[in-house]
Amino acid sequence: MSAPKATILTADEVRRAMTRIAHEIIERNKGAENLALIGIHTRGIPLAERLAAKLSELEGVDIPTGMLDITLYRDDLSEVAHQPIIRETQVPFDLGQRRVILVDDVLYTGRTVRAALDALIDLGRPVGIQLAVLVDRGHRELPIRADYVGKNLPTASSEVVKVKLHETDGVDSVELWDLEDLK
Amino acid sequence: MTPATSLTGPRPRHLLDFQGWTPERLNALLDNADTMAQVLDRPVKKVPALQGLTVCTAFFENSTRTRTSFELAARRMSADVMTFAAGSSSVSKGESLRDTMEVLTAYKVDAYIVRHHAAGAAHLVARYSGKPVINAGDGRRAHPTQALLDAYTIRQEYGSLEGKRVAIIGDVRHSRVARSNAELLPKLGAEVVLCGPATLLPRDLAALPGVTVTSDPREAVRGAHAVMALRLQQERMNGGFLASLQEYADTYQVNEALMQHAESGAIVLHPGPMNRDLEISSDAADGKRSRILKQVENGQAVRMSVLYHLLVGRE
Repeated sequence: MSAPKATILTADEVRRAMTRIAHEIIERNKGAENLALIGIHTRGIPLAERLAAKLSELEGVDIPTGMLDITLYRDDLSEVAHQPIIRETQVPFDLGQRRVILVDDVLYTGRTVRAALDALIDLGRPVGIQLAVLVDRGHRELPIRADYVGKNLPTASSEVVKVKLHETDGVDSVELWDLEDLK
Repeated sequence: MTPATSLTGPRPRHLLDFQGWTPERLNALLDNADTMAQVLDRPVKKVPALQGLTVCTAFFENSTRTRTSFELAARRMSADVMTFAAGSSSVSKGESLRDTMEVLTAYKVDAYIVRHHAAGAAHLVARYSGKPVINAGDGRRAHPTQALLDAYTIRQEYGSLEGKRVAIIGDVRHSRVARSNAELLPKLGAEVVLCGPATLLPRDLAALPGVTVTSDPREAVRGAHAVMALRLQQERMNGGFLASLQEYADTYQVNEALMQHAESGAIVLHPGPMNRDLEISSDAADGKRSRILKQVENGQAVRMSVLYHLLVGRE
Protein backbone atom coordinates (compact mmCIF):
# COMPACT_ATOMS: atom_id res chain seq x y z
CA MET A 1 0.00 0.00 0.00
CA SER A 2 1.44 3.41 -0.93
CA ALA A 3 2.11 6.07 1.65
CA PRO A 4 2.72 9.85 1.63
CA LYS A 5 6.25 11.11 1.02
CA ALA A 6 5.95 13.33 4.04
CA THR A 7 3.50 14.60 6.61
CA ILE A 8 3.72 18.36 6.30
CA LEU A 9 1.36 19.34 9.11
CA THR A 10 0.06 17.24 11.99
CA ALA A 11 -3.30 17.88 13.65
CA ASP A 12 -1.62 20.14 16.24
CA GLU A 13 0.22 22.05 13.55
CA VAL A 14 -3.01 22.56 11.56
CA ARG A 15 -4.62 23.95 14.71
CA ARG A 16 -1.69 26.27 15.37
CA ALA A 17 -1.63 27.46 11.75
CA MET A 18 -5.32 28.35 11.90
CA THR A 19 -4.85 30.17 15.20
CA ARG A 20 -1.98 32.16 13.73
CA ILE A 21 -4.07 33.07 10.68
CA ALA A 22 -6.88 34.23 12.98
CA HIS A 23 -4.45 36.54 14.82
CA GLU A 24 -3.12 37.88 11.52
CA ILE A 25 -6.67 38.59 10.33
CA ILE A 26 -7.41 40.57 13.49
CA GLU A 27 -4.16 42.48 13.25
CA ARG A 28 -4.58 43.37 9.60
CA ASN A 29 -8.24 44.34 9.91
CA LYS A 30 -7.79 46.03 13.30
CA GLY A 31 -10.36 43.71 14.87
CA ALA A 32 -13.05 41.47 13.47
CA GLU A 33 -15.96 43.89 13.04
CA ASN A 34 -17.77 43.60 9.69
CA LEU A 35 -15.75 40.59 8.61
CA ALA A 36 -17.28 37.54 6.92
CA LEU A 37 -15.70 34.24 6.02
CA ILE A 38 -16.60 32.31 2.88
CA GLY A 39 -15.23 28.82 2.35
CA ILE A 40 -14.67 27.39 -1.11
CA HIS A 41 -15.98 23.84 -1.54
CA THR A 42 -14.99 21.39 -0.20
CA ARG A 43 -12.41 21.81 2.54
CA GLY A 44 -12.49 25.59 2.52
CA ILE A 45 -15.85 25.42 4.26
CA PRO A 46 -14.79 23.73 7.52
CA LEU A 47 -11.62 25.86 7.55
CA ALA A 48 -13.78 29.01 7.28
CA GLU A 49 -15.97 27.77 10.12
CA ARG A 50 -12.94 27.06 12.30
CA LEU A 51 -11.52 30.51 11.62
CA ALA A 52 -14.87 32.13 12.40
CA ALA A 53 -15.05 30.28 15.73
CA LYS A 54 -11.50 31.32 16.60
CA LEU A 55 -12.13 34.96 15.66
CA SER A 56 -15.32 34.99 17.74
CA GLU A 57 -13.42 33.52 20.68
CA LEU A 58 -10.64 36.10 20.38
CA GLU A 59 -12.72 39.17 19.62
CA GLY A 60 -16.13 38.36 21.11
CA VAL A 61 -18.06 39.08 17.91
CA ASP A 62 -20.12 36.77 15.71
CA ILE A 63 -18.56 36.29 12.29
CA PRO A 64 -21.00 35.15 9.58
CA THR A 65 -19.83 32.34 7.32
CA GLY A 66 -20.87 31.18 3.88
CA MET A 67 -20.02 28.53 1.32
CA LEU A 68 -19.15 29.01 -2.31
CA ASP A 69 -19.22 26.54 -5.19
CA ILE A 70 -17.19 27.73 -8.14
CA THR A 71 -18.15 25.02 -10.66
CA LEU A 72 -20.20 27.30 -12.94
CA TYR A 73 -17.28 29.75 -13.03
CA ARG A 74 -14.44 27.37 -13.87
CA ASP A 75 -12.46 28.09 -17.04
CA ASP A 76 -11.86 24.36 -17.62
CA LEU A 77 -15.44 23.06 -17.42
CA SER A 78 -15.09 21.17 -20.68
CA GLU A 79 -12.07 19.25 -19.35
CA VAL A 80 -12.46 18.94 -15.62
CA ALA A 81 -14.82 15.98 -15.45
CA HIS A 82 -17.24 13.91 -17.40
CA GLN A 83 -20.11 15.66 -15.63
CA PRO A 84 -19.01 18.34 -13.15
CA ILE A 85 -21.16 18.23 -10.04
CA ILE A 86 -22.57 21.51 -8.76
CA ARG A 87 -22.65 21.93 -5.01
CA GLU A 88 -24.30 24.42 -2.74
CA THR A 89 -23.58 28.14 -2.63
CA GLN A 90 -24.91 29.82 0.47
CA VAL A 91 -24.08 33.38 1.45
CA PRO A 92 -26.82 34.31 3.93
CA PHE A 93 -25.70 37.89 4.63
CA ASP A 94 -25.35 41.17 2.77
CA LEU A 95 -21.91 41.29 1.18
CA GLY A 96 -22.11 45.05 0.67
CA GLN A 97 -21.31 45.82 4.31
CA ARG A 98 -18.60 43.21 4.77
CA ARG A 99 -14.92 42.64 4.24
CA VAL A 100 -14.88 39.05 3.01
CA ILE A 101 -12.13 36.54 3.64
CA LEU A 102 -12.19 33.73 1.10
CA VAL A 103 -10.89 30.51 2.58
CA ASP A 104 -9.48 27.46 0.78
CA ASP A 105 -7.29 24.54 1.73
CA VAL A 106 -4.61 24.69 -1.00
CA LEU A 107 -3.54 27.55 -3.26
CA TYR A 108 -2.01 26.15 -6.46
CA THR A 109 -2.53 27.59 -9.97
CA GLY A 110 -4.83 30.37 -8.77
CA ARG A 111 -7.63 29.38 -11.14
CA THR A 112 -9.99 28.28 -8.38
CA VAL A 113 -9.50 31.61 -6.62
CA ARG A 114 -10.08 33.48 -9.90
CA ALA A 115 -13.36 31.61 -10.33
CA ALA A 116 -14.28 32.26 -6.70
CA LEU A 117 -13.67 36.00 -7.10
CA ASP A 118 -15.99 36.07 -10.13
CA ALA A 119 -18.65 34.04 -8.31
CA LEU A 120 -18.42 36.21 -5.22
CA ILE A 121 -18.65 39.50 -7.09
CA ASP A 122 -21.77 38.24 -8.88
CA LEU A 123 -23.38 37.82 -5.45
CA GLY A 124 -22.70 41.40 -4.37
CA ARG A 125 -19.99 43.98 -3.87
CA PRO A 126 -18.01 43.39 -0.71
CA VAL A 127 -16.04 46.22 0.89
CA GLY A 128 -12.94 44.13 0.20
CA ILE A 129 -11.83 40.55 -0.39
CA GLN A 130 -8.87 38.82 1.22
CA LEU A 131 -7.63 35.28 0.77
CA ALA A 132 -6.65 32.76 3.44
CA VAL A 133 -5.25 29.31 2.62
CA LEU A 134 -3.90 26.52 4.76
CA VAL A 135 -1.17 25.62 2.23
CA ASP A 136 0.40 27.60 -0.61
CA ARG A 137 2.17 25.12 -2.88
CA GLY A 138 3.22 27.53 -5.64
CA HIS A 139 2.92 27.00 -9.42
CA ARG A 140 0.69 30.02 -9.97
CA GLU A 141 -0.75 30.49 -13.47
CA LEU A 142 -2.50 33.76 -12.59
CA PRO A 143 -1.34 36.87 -10.70
CA ILE A 144 -3.01 35.88 -7.42
CA ARG A 145 -1.49 35.67 -3.95
CA ALA A 146 -2.86 34.82 -0.54
CA ASP A 147 -3.09 37.32 2.31
CA TYR A 148 -2.85 34.62 4.97
CA VAL A 149 -0.94 31.35 4.55
CA GLY A 150 -0.76 28.53 7.08
CA LYS A 151 2.23 26.85 5.41
CA ASN A 152 4.29 27.79 2.37
CA LEU A 153 5.23 24.52 0.73
CA PRO A 154 7.43 24.50 -2.40
CA THR A 155 6.34 21.49 -4.44
CA ALA A 156 7.01 19.82 -7.76
CA SER A 157 4.23 19.51 -10.35
CA SER A 158 4.53 15.75 -9.98
CA GLU A 159 3.49 16.01 -6.34
CA VAL A 160 0.07 16.24 -4.73
CA VAL A 161 -0.80 18.02 -1.51
CA LYS A 162 -3.57 16.24 0.39
CA VAL A 163 -5.32 18.20 3.10
CA LYS A 164 -7.38 16.07 5.46
CA LEU A 165 -9.79 17.68 7.90
CA HIS A 166 -11.70 16.16 10.75
CA GLU A 167 -15.06 17.31 9.33
CA THR A 168 -14.54 15.70 5.90
CA ASP A 169 -11.89 13.02 6.47
CA GLY A 170 -12.05 12.19 10.17
CA VAL A 171 -8.52 13.46 10.83
CA ASP A 172 -6.50 16.69 10.54
CA SER A 173 -3.28 16.52 8.53
CA VAL A 174 -1.47 17.80 5.46
CA GLU A 175 0.43 15.21 3.44
CA LEU A 176 2.70 15.36 0.42
CA TRP A 177 2.30 12.53 -2.12
CA ASP A 178 3.85 11.57 -5.41
CA LEU A 179 1.19 11.72 -8.09
CA GLU A 180 2.34 8.32 -9.34
CA ASP A 181 1.62 6.74 -5.96
CA LEU A 182 -1.97 7.94 -6.07
CA LYS A 183 -2.72 6.37 -9.46
CA MET B 1 -30.96 21.67 -1.77
CA THR B 2 -30.43 17.94 -2.10
CA PRO B 3 -26.75 17.01 -1.84
CA ALA B 4 -25.14 16.35 -5.20
CA THR B 5 -24.37 12.76 -6.01
CA SER B 6 -21.78 11.43 -8.41
CA LEU B 7 -23.31 10.13 -11.60
CA THR B 8 -22.62 6.76 -13.09
CA GLY B 9 -23.15 5.45 -16.61
CA PRO B 10 -22.76 7.22 -19.93
CA ARG B 11 -24.07 10.75 -20.22
CA PRO B 12 -27.04 11.00 -22.62
CA ARG B 13 -26.07 13.00 -25.68
CA HIS B 14 -29.55 14.42 -26.31
CA LEU B 15 -32.83 15.10 -24.54
CA LEU B 16 -35.35 13.85 -27.10
CA ASP B 17 -37.50 11.98 -24.58
CA PHE B 18 -36.48 10.11 -21.44
CA GLN B 19 -35.00 7.05 -23.11
CA GLY B 20 -31.54 6.51 -21.63
CA TRP B 21 -32.11 8.94 -18.76
CA THR B 22 -31.81 7.12 -15.44
CA PRO B 23 -33.74 8.25 -12.34
CA GLU B 24 -30.36 9.07 -10.75
CA ARG B 25 -29.44 11.40 -13.60
CA LEU B 26 -32.92 12.95 -13.73
CA ASN B 27 -32.78 13.68 -10.01
CA ALA B 28 -29.31 15.21 -10.41
CA LEU B 29 -30.69 17.41 -13.16
CA LEU B 30 -33.51 18.56 -10.86
CA ASP B 31 -31.00 19.09 -8.02
CA ASN B 32 -28.94 21.34 -10.26
CA ALA B 33 -32.10 23.27 -11.19
CA ASP B 34 -32.14 24.38 -7.54
CA THR B 35 -28.74 25.98 -8.09
CA MET B 36 -29.92 27.59 -11.31
CA ALA B 37 -33.00 28.96 -9.49
CA GLN B 38 -30.63 30.54 -6.96
CA VAL B 39 -28.75 32.19 -9.83
CA LEU B 40 -32.03 33.65 -11.10
CA ASP B 41 -32.68 35.17 -7.66
CA ARG B 42 -29.40 37.08 -7.64
CA PRO B 43 -28.67 40.65 -8.75
CA VAL B 44 -26.48 39.17 -11.53
CA LYS B 45 -28.69 36.50 -13.10
CA LYS B 46 -25.96 34.97 -15.17
CA VAL B 47 -23.09 32.49 -14.92
CA PRO B 48 -20.28 31.92 -17.43
CA ALA B 49 -20.66 28.13 -17.69
CA LEU B 50 -21.52 28.10 -21.43
CA GLN B 51 -19.35 31.03 -22.46
CA GLY B 52 -18.15 30.62 -26.04
CA LEU B 53 -20.85 28.14 -27.05
CA THR B 54 -23.64 28.85 -29.52
CA VAL B 55 -27.12 27.44 -29.03
CA CYS B 56 -29.61 27.47 -31.90
CA THR B 57 -33.33 27.56 -31.23
CA ALA B 58 -34.81 25.96 -34.36
CA PHE B 59 -38.56 26.39 -34.08
CA PHE B 60 -40.49 24.91 -37.00
CA GLU B 61 -43.73 25.47 -35.11
CA ASN B 62 -44.99 28.63 -33.41
CA SER B 63 -44.13 29.10 -29.78
CA THR B 64 -43.46 32.14 -27.67
CA ARG B 65 -43.12 30.98 -24.11
CA THR B 66 -41.05 27.85 -24.71
CA ARG B 67 -38.71 29.59 -27.13
CA THR B 68 -38.31 32.61 -24.85
CA SER B 69 -37.71 30.39 -21.86
CA PHE B 70 -35.00 28.42 -23.69
CA GLU B 71 -33.35 31.54 -25.08
CA LEU B 72 -33.24 33.21 -21.69
CA ALA B 73 -31.94 30.00 -20.11
CA ALA B 74 -29.11 29.81 -22.67
CA ARG B 75 -28.26 33.50 -22.21
CA ARG B 76 -28.28 33.15 -18.41
CA MET B 77 -25.58 30.51 -18.94
CA SER B 78 -23.64 32.97 -21.18
CA ALA B 79 -24.19 31.05 -24.42
CA ASP B 80 -24.71 32.91 -27.68
CA VAL B 81 -28.19 32.26 -29.07
CA MET B 82 -29.09 31.97 -32.72
CA THR B 83 -32.81 32.06 -33.40
CA PHE B 84 -34.10 30.19 -36.40
CA ALA B 85 -37.78 30.67 -37.18
CA ALA B 86 -39.03 28.35 -39.92
CA GLY B 87 -41.76 30.74 -41.05
CA SER B 88 -39.20 33.26 -42.30
CA SER B 89 -36.64 30.74 -43.57
CA SER B 90 -35.97 28.66 -46.65
CA VAL B 91 -38.12 25.91 -45.13
CA SER B 92 -41.09 27.92 -46.36
CA LYS B 93 -39.51 27.71 -49.86
CA GLY B 94 -39.40 23.94 -49.73
CA GLU B 95 -35.97 23.24 -48.25
CA SER B 96 -35.80 19.88 -46.44
CA LEU B 97 -35.15 19.59 -42.72
CA ARG B 98 -31.88 17.79 -43.44
CA ASP B 99 -30.63 20.55 -45.76
CA THR B 100 -31.66 23.21 -43.27
CA MET B 101 -29.73 21.45 -40.51
CA GLU B 102 -26.63 21.20 -42.67
CA VAL B 103 -26.75 24.96 -43.25
CA LEU B 104 -27.14 25.62 -39.52
CA THR B 105 -24.28 23.23 -38.76
CA ALA B 106 -22.02 25.29 -41.03
CA TYR B 107 -22.55 28.17 -38.59
CA LYS B 108 -20.71 26.13 -35.90
CA VAL B 109 -23.71 25.69 -33.64
CA ASP B 110 -22.93 23.71 -30.45
CA ALA B 111 -26.47 22.59 -29.59
CA TYR B 112 -29.96 22.65 -31.06
CA ILE B 113 -33.29 23.23 -29.41
CA VAL B 114 -35.91 21.95 -31.81
CA ARG B 115 -39.66 22.32 -31.97
CA HIS B 116 -41.50 20.70 -34.84
CA HIS B 117 -45.08 19.75 -35.68
CA ALA B 118 -43.97 16.27 -36.75
CA ALA B 119 -43.35 13.55 -34.19
CA GLY B 120 -39.76 12.32 -34.44
CA ALA B 121 -38.38 15.50 -36.03
CA ALA B 122 -36.03 16.10 -33.11
CA HIS B 123 -34.65 12.56 -33.56
CA LEU B 124 -33.99 13.35 -37.21
CA VAL B 125 -32.14 16.54 -36.28
CA ALA B 126 -30.10 14.58 -33.74
CA ARG B 127 -29.06 12.18 -36.51
CA TYR B 128 -27.87 14.96 -38.83
CA SER B 129 -26.56 17.66 -36.49
CA GLY B 130 -23.73 15.79 -34.74
CA LYS B 131 -24.42 18.03 -31.73
CA PRO B 132 -26.66 17.74 -28.68
CA VAL B 133 -30.35 18.23 -29.44
CA ILE B 134 -33.06 19.19 -26.99
CA ASN B 135 -36.61 18.40 -28.02
CA ALA B 136 -38.79 21.44 -27.36
CA GLY B 137 -41.90 19.60 -28.54
CA ASP B 138 -42.42 17.30 -31.51
CA GLY B 139 -45.97 16.74 -32.67
CA ARG B 140 -48.03 14.88 -30.11
CA ARG B 141 -45.07 12.78 -29.05
CA ALA B 142 -42.90 14.47 -26.44
CA HIS B 143 -42.12 17.72 -24.64
CA PRO B 144 -39.52 16.59 -22.14
CA THR B 145 -38.49 19.94 -20.65
CA GLN B 146 -42.13 20.76 -19.88
CA ALA B 147 -42.43 17.44 -18.03
CA LEU B 148 -39.17 18.17 -16.18
CA LEU B 149 -40.40 21.56 -15.04
CA ASP B 150 -43.70 19.97 -13.96
CA ALA B 151 -41.77 17.36 -11.97
CA TYR B 152 -39.56 20.07 -10.50
CA THR B 153 -42.59 22.13 -9.44
CA ILE B 154 -44.18 19.13 -7.72
CA ARG B 155 -40.89 18.20 -6.09
CA GLN B 156 -40.49 21.77 -4.86
CA GLU B 157 -43.87 21.41 -3.13
CA TYR B 158 -43.39 17.99 -1.56
CA GLY B 159 -39.61 17.49 -1.49
CA SER B 160 -39.86 14.33 -3.59
CA LEU B 161 -41.95 12.70 -6.29
CA GLU B 162 -41.81 9.38 -4.49
CA GLY B 163 -45.30 8.10 -3.71
CA LYS B 164 -47.07 11.14 -5.12
CA ARG B 165 -50.20 10.83 -7.23
CA VAL B 166 -50.51 13.17 -10.20
CA ALA B 167 -53.80 13.48 -12.11
CA ILE B 168 -53.54 14.81 -15.67
CA ILE B 169 -56.93 15.79 -17.02
CA GLY B 170 -58.12 16.83 -20.46
CA ASP B 171 -57.11 16.33 -24.06
CA VAL B 172 -54.62 13.53 -23.48
CA ARG B 173 -54.82 12.35 -27.08
CA HIS B 174 -53.24 15.48 -28.53
CA SER B 175 -50.95 16.26 -25.60
CA ARG B 176 -47.18 15.74 -25.82
CA VAL B 177 -47.03 17.17 -22.31
CA ALA B 178 -49.20 14.34 -20.99
CA ARG B 179 -47.10 11.72 -22.77
CA SER B 180 -43.82 13.11 -21.48
CA ASN B 181 -45.18 13.34 -17.95
CA ALA B 182 -46.49 9.78 -18.19
CA GLU B 183 -42.98 8.70 -19.13
CA LEU B 184 -41.08 10.84 -16.61
CA LEU B 185 -43.07 10.97 -13.38
CA PRO B 186 -43.19 7.19 -12.75
CA LYS B 187 -39.40 7.08 -13.28
CA LEU B 188 -39.17 9.47 -10.33
CA GLY B 189 -41.51 7.37 -8.18
CA ALA B 190 -44.86 9.08 -8.82
CA GLU B 191 -48.13 7.51 -9.93
CA VAL B 192 -49.84 9.11 -12.94
CA VAL B 193 -53.57 9.03 -13.67
CA LEU B 194 -54.57 10.19 -17.15
CA CYS B 195 -58.16 11.33 -17.45
CA GLY B 196 -60.36 12.65 -20.25
CA PRO B 197 -63.37 11.80 -22.38
CA ALA B 198 -62.97 8.40 -24.04
CA THR B 199 -62.47 10.04 -27.44
CA LEU B 200 -59.47 11.98 -26.13
CA LEU B 201 -57.96 9.20 -24.02
CA PRO B 202 -55.72 6.69 -25.81
CA ARG B 203 -56.09 3.53 -23.70
CA ASP B 204 -52.68 2.21 -24.79
CA LEU B 205 -51.04 4.69 -22.43
CA ALA B 206 -52.26 2.53 -19.54
CA ALA B 207 -49.58 0.02 -20.56
CA LEU B 208 -46.86 2.43 -19.37
CA PRO B 209 -45.47 1.52 -15.95
CA GLY B 210 -47.01 3.59 -13.14
CA VAL B 211 -49.80 4.94 -15.37
CA THR B 212 -53.55 4.34 -15.18
CA VAL B 213 -56.34 5.86 -17.26
CA THR B 214 -59.91 6.75 -16.41
CA SER B 215 -62.71 8.84 -17.81
CA ASP B 216 -63.97 9.72 -14.34
CA PRO B 217 -62.37 12.99 -13.16
CA ARG B 218 -63.40 12.47 -9.52
CA GLU B 219 -61.73 9.09 -9.50
CA ALA B 220 -58.65 10.65 -11.13
CA VAL B 221 -58.17 13.35 -8.52
CA ARG B 222 -58.98 11.18 -5.50
CA GLY B 223 -55.83 11.19 -3.37
CA ALA B 224 -53.98 13.31 -5.92
CA HIS B 225 -51.17 15.58 -4.72
CA ALA B 226 -51.09 17.50 -8.01
CA VAL B 227 -53.78 17.99 -10.65
CA MET B 228 -52.76 19.14 -14.10
CA ALA B 229 -55.29 20.53 -16.55
CA LEU B 230 -54.37 20.11 -20.20
CA ARG B 231 -55.17 22.68 -22.86
CA LEU B 232 -58.12 21.60 -24.98
CA GLN B 233 -56.56 21.85 -28.43
CA GLN B 234 -59.55 23.37 -30.18
CA GLU B 235 -57.60 23.63 -33.43
CA ARG B 236 -57.57 19.81 -33.48
CA MET B 237 -61.21 19.34 -32.51
CA ASN B 238 -62.61 18.95 -36.02
CA GLY B 239 -62.64 15.15 -35.77
CA GLY B 240 -65.87 14.90 -33.80
CA PHE B 241 -64.07 14.27 -30.54
CA LEU B 242 -66.53 16.26 -28.41
CA ALA B 243 -70.29 16.74 -28.44
CA SER B 244 -69.90 20.30 -27.18
CA LEU B 245 -67.36 22.45 -25.40
CA GLN B 246 -69.89 23.23 -22.66
CA GLU B 247 -70.45 19.55 -21.98
CA TYR B 248 -66.68 19.04 -21.84
CA ALA B 249 -66.27 21.94 -19.40
CA ASP B 250 -69.13 20.70 -17.22
CA THR B 251 -67.46 17.31 -16.79
CA TYR B 252 -63.70 17.74 -17.13
CA GLN B 253 -62.94 21.29 -16.06
CA VAL B 254 -60.40 21.52 -13.25
CA ASN B 255 -62.08 23.79 -10.72
CA GLU B 256 -62.40 24.20 -6.97
CA ALA B 257 -65.35 21.78 -6.83
CA LEU B 258 -63.28 19.02 -8.45
CA MET B 259 -60.25 19.85 -6.29
CA GLN B 260 -62.31 19.11 -3.17
CA HIS B 261 -61.86 15.42 -4.07
CA ALA B 262 -58.05 15.71 -4.14
CA GLU B 263 -55.63 15.72 -1.18
CA SER B 264 -56.21 18.76 1.02
CA GLY B 265 -52.98 20.51 -0.01
CA ALA B 266 -53.08 19.42 -3.64
CA ILE B 267 -51.68 21.87 -6.18
CA VAL B 268 -53.00 22.86 -9.61
CA LEU B 269 -50.78 22.85 -12.69
CA HIS B 270 -51.31 23.80 -16.33
CA PRO B 271 -48.68 23.76 -19.09
CA GLY B 272 -50.25 26.83 -20.77
CA PRO B 273 -51.54 28.57 -22.66
CA MET B 274 -54.85 28.28 -20.82
CA ASN B 275 -58.39 28.33 -22.13
CA ARG B 276 -59.88 29.93 -19.05
CA ASP B 277 -63.26 28.64 -17.98
CA LEU B 278 -62.98 25.76 -20.45
CA GLU B 279 -60.42 23.20 -19.19
CA ILE B 280 -59.67 25.24 -16.06
CA SER B 281 -61.74 27.69 -14.05
CA SER B 282 -60.39 31.07 -13.07
CA ASP B 283 -60.74 30.21 -9.39
CA ALA B 284 -58.46 27.19 -9.87
CA ALA B 285 -56.05 29.03 -12.17
CA ASP B 286 -55.63 32.01 -9.85
CA GLY B 287 -56.35 30.41 -6.47
CA LYS B 288 -53.96 29.55 -3.68
CA ARG B 289 -53.48 26.01 -4.96
CA SER B 290 -52.28 27.25 -8.34
CA ARG B 291 -48.60 26.82 -9.20
CA ILE B 292 -49.06 27.79 -12.84
CA LEU B 293 -46.86 30.88 -12.72
CA LYS B 294 -44.35 28.94 -10.63
CA GLN B 295 -44.17 26.44 -13.51
CA VAL B 296 -43.28 29.25 -15.89
CA GLU B 297 -40.62 30.55 -13.49
CA ASN B 298 -39.21 27.07 -12.90
CA GLY B 299 -39.01 26.45 -16.65
CA GLN B 300 -36.00 28.70 -16.96
CA ALA B 301 -34.04 27.06 -14.12
CA VAL B 302 -34.84 23.57 -15.39
CA ARG B 303 -33.79 24.45 -18.94
CA MET B 304 -30.54 25.96 -17.64
CA SER B 305 -29.90 22.67 -15.88
CA VAL B 306 -30.67 20.67 -19.05
CA LEU B 307 -28.20 22.79 -21.03
CA TYR B 308 -25.61 22.30 -18.30
CA HIS B 309 -26.07 18.53 -18.32
CA LEU B 310 -25.78 18.22 -22.08
CA LEU B 311 -23.08 20.77 -22.82
CA VAL B 312 -20.72 20.86 -19.85
CA GLY B 313 -18.03 18.30 -19.16
CA ARG B 314 -15.71 16.05 -21.11
CA GLU B 315 -17.12 14.31 -24.17
